[in-house]
Amino acid sequence: MSMAPHSKLDGEAGARLLAKAQWRWYEVLFWLAAISLYFVFGDFIPGIPTKLMLLSEIVSLGLLALSIDLVLGYAGIVTLGQGAFFGLGAYVAGVMAKAGMGVFPLSDPLLGLLAAAAVCGIAGFLTSFLVLRGSDLTRLMVTLGVALILAELANQMRWLTGGADGLQGVTSSPILGQWDFDLWGRTAYLYSLAVLFVCFWLSRRIVHSTFGLSLKAIKGNALRARAIGVPVNARLIAIYALAAAIAGVAGALLAQTTQSASPDMIAFHRSADALLILVFGGAGYLYGGLIGAVLFRVMQDVIGAFTLQYWQFWLGLVLVLLVLFVRGGVIGLLEGWWNRMTRTGDAP
Amino acid sequence: MSYVLETRGLCKSFGGIVATDNVSFKLPAGARHALIGPNGAGKTTFVNQLTGVLTPTAGQILFEGVDITGWTVRGRATAGIARTFQINQLFADLSPLESVVLAISERENAGAHWFKPLGARDDIVNEACALLDALGIGDVRAARVGALPYGKQRLLEIALALAAKPKLLLLDEPAAGVPESEREQILDVVARLPESVALVLIEHDMHLVFRFAKTISVLVNGALFCEGTADEIARDPRVRQVYLGEEDVGHG
Repeated sequence: MSMAPHSKLDGEAGARLLAKAQWRWYEVLFWLAAISLYFVFGDFIPGIPTKLMLLSEIVSLGLLALSIDLVLGYAGIVTLGQGAFFGLGAYVAGVMAKAGMGVFPLSDPLLGLLAAAAVCGIAGFLTSFLVLRGSDLTRLMVTLGVALILAELANQMRWLTGGADGLQGVTSSPILGQWDFDLWGRTAYLYSLAVLFVCFWLSRRIVHSTFGLSLKAIKGNALRARAIGVPVNARLIAIYALAAAIAGVAGALLAQTTQSASPDMIAFHRSADALLILVFGGAGYLYGGLIGAVLFRVMQDVIGAFTLQYWQFWLGLVLVLLVLFVRGGVIGLLEGWWNRMTRTGDAP
Repeated sequence: MSYVLETRGLCKSFGGIVATDNVSFKLPAGARHALIGPNGAGKTTFVNQLTGVLTPTAGQILFEGVDITGWTVRGRATAGIARTFQINQLFADLSPLESVVLAISERENAGAHWFKPLGARDDIVNEACALLDALGIGDVRAARVGALPYGKQRLLEIALALAAKPKLLLLDEPAAGVPESEREQILDVVARLPESVALVLIEHDMHLVFRFAKTISVLVNGALFCEGTADEIARDPRVRQVYLGEEDVGHG
C-alpha cells in the first residue's frame, strides 16, 4: 500500500482557503487613498485645483471595467459590448431623474441606480443566451453587435433619449433627502465612491465563493466543469446578467453626476476603452479595472498636456508593451516585482 | 441480476464512417469490466456517448434502468456517471484542493453558493482532504495543478471523478503516459476503488487489463467483437488474431 499518511492539517486546509477571502493591508490602503483624494482635490487646500468631477468619472469608468472583469477575468467571456449596458443604465437613470423633475421619489438617485441595475440585469439576462455558445471571436462579434444595435436605438428614439443631443438637465433629488449634488462635485465623488465600494464588495464576495470558484473552473476547462456537475450555462448566465447590472449602475452614476445622458455614453468606444482599461490594469484581480481607469485618465491628461492630439499613440504603445511582456497588466507587473523582492528578502 | 448500465443497439456515425456499430452491452452493478480494442476501434467514441459528450445516431442508453439517451453531460454526472479523460482535463490554475472542493460542492448542491467564502463548509473541505490523502496526493493539495508532475495529475483526474461518489466510473487509459516510477501508485488506487462502484476500464495495456478486469469486451471497428471473462478472452484465438497479434496474452 502506498497510501500517504493521513494529514493532520485538515483544519488548516479550510483555514487556508478562507484566508484567501480575507482583506489585505494593501486593499485597505487602496480604499483609504481613494477617500483621501476627496480631501486633496476637494477644494479644501488652497492652490490645489478641484478635480472631483474628473475623479467621479474615473470611478464610473472603473466600475464599468470591474463589471468586465467579472465576465472576462473570472468567467472567461470576451466582450466588446459592455458599454451597451453602461449606456442603457445612463439613459434609464437620466430619463427617470428628468421625469421626476428633480423631486423625490422619481428623481431619487438611489432609486435611479436600482432601476438601472434592474433594467440592465434583465437586458443582460436576455442577451446572455447569445454568448453561451461559440468561440471567443463569436462572442466578441455578438456583444459588439448588440452594443451597436442599442446605440442606434438610443439615437433613433428621440422622444425618449433626446437623440443626438442627449438628455440635458438630468437633476437628481438630494441623496436620501440629505445631500444635494454640489458644483465642486464633493457629493458626487463620495456618492460614486460609496456605490463603487458596495459593488466591489459584492463582487469580491462572489469571486471568493464556491460560485466564483466554479466560474474559474469554467474558464479553465468547461468540458471538465460539466463532467463534475457544474451547470455551466446557468453560471455563465448568472454572472453575465450580474455584470450587466453593475455596468448599468456605472452608467447611471455618470448620468447622475454629470447631470446628462448622451449618445457618447452608449457609443462603441466606451466598450473598447473599458476593455482596454481592464487589460491595462490586469484582468482577474478585481482591482485591475480600478487602477487601470486611474492610469488611463491620468495618462490622457499628462500625455495630452504636451502632445495634445497624439496621446492615444503613447497609450497604444504602452498597452502593446504591457500585453506582450507582462501577464496580468499593471497589477501583474507589481505582483512580479513583489514576488521577486520577497524572495530575495528571504535569501540569506 | 441488476444492471447499472445497458446500451441497446447503439450506433454512431460521422458522415460515412461508422464509429459505433450496433453495440448492445450490459454492465452489472459493482462490475470490474475492461473495454479493449485496437486503435481506432471506437472505444473513446463509445465512452463519449455514455457520458453525453456525443449523441448517438441510433439506439438507447439506460442507466439503472432509466433511459438517459437524451440527457446532458451534467445530468448524467449528477445521476452518478463519472469519468476520467484519456488526456488530462484539469483546472490548471486551481489547486487540487480547490478542484475537489468544487466537485464535492456541486454534488452537495452547494456549487451556486455565492456569499459564503470558499472553505466555509468544514465537512466539504475535510472530505476533499481525505480523498486527496487516500489517493496519495494530499501533500500537493495547495500547489497549482498545472505545475504538478504528470502522474499526480492522473491521480487528480481519478480524484475528481470519485468526488462525485459515482455509481459508474469510466476510466479512460488511467495510466497512459505515466512514467514507470509513478505507475504503481495509480494501479494501487484503481485496485482499491470501492466495491460499490461499477468500473469500466478503457485500456491498451494488457497487464493492467488482466490485473483488474473480471470481464472483458473487445471492440473492433466500432462493433462488439466478443465478450467474456478475462480467462476466456485471454484464451480466445480470434482475439489474439484480430487484436492482440503477437503479444503474449496469458501473463497478467
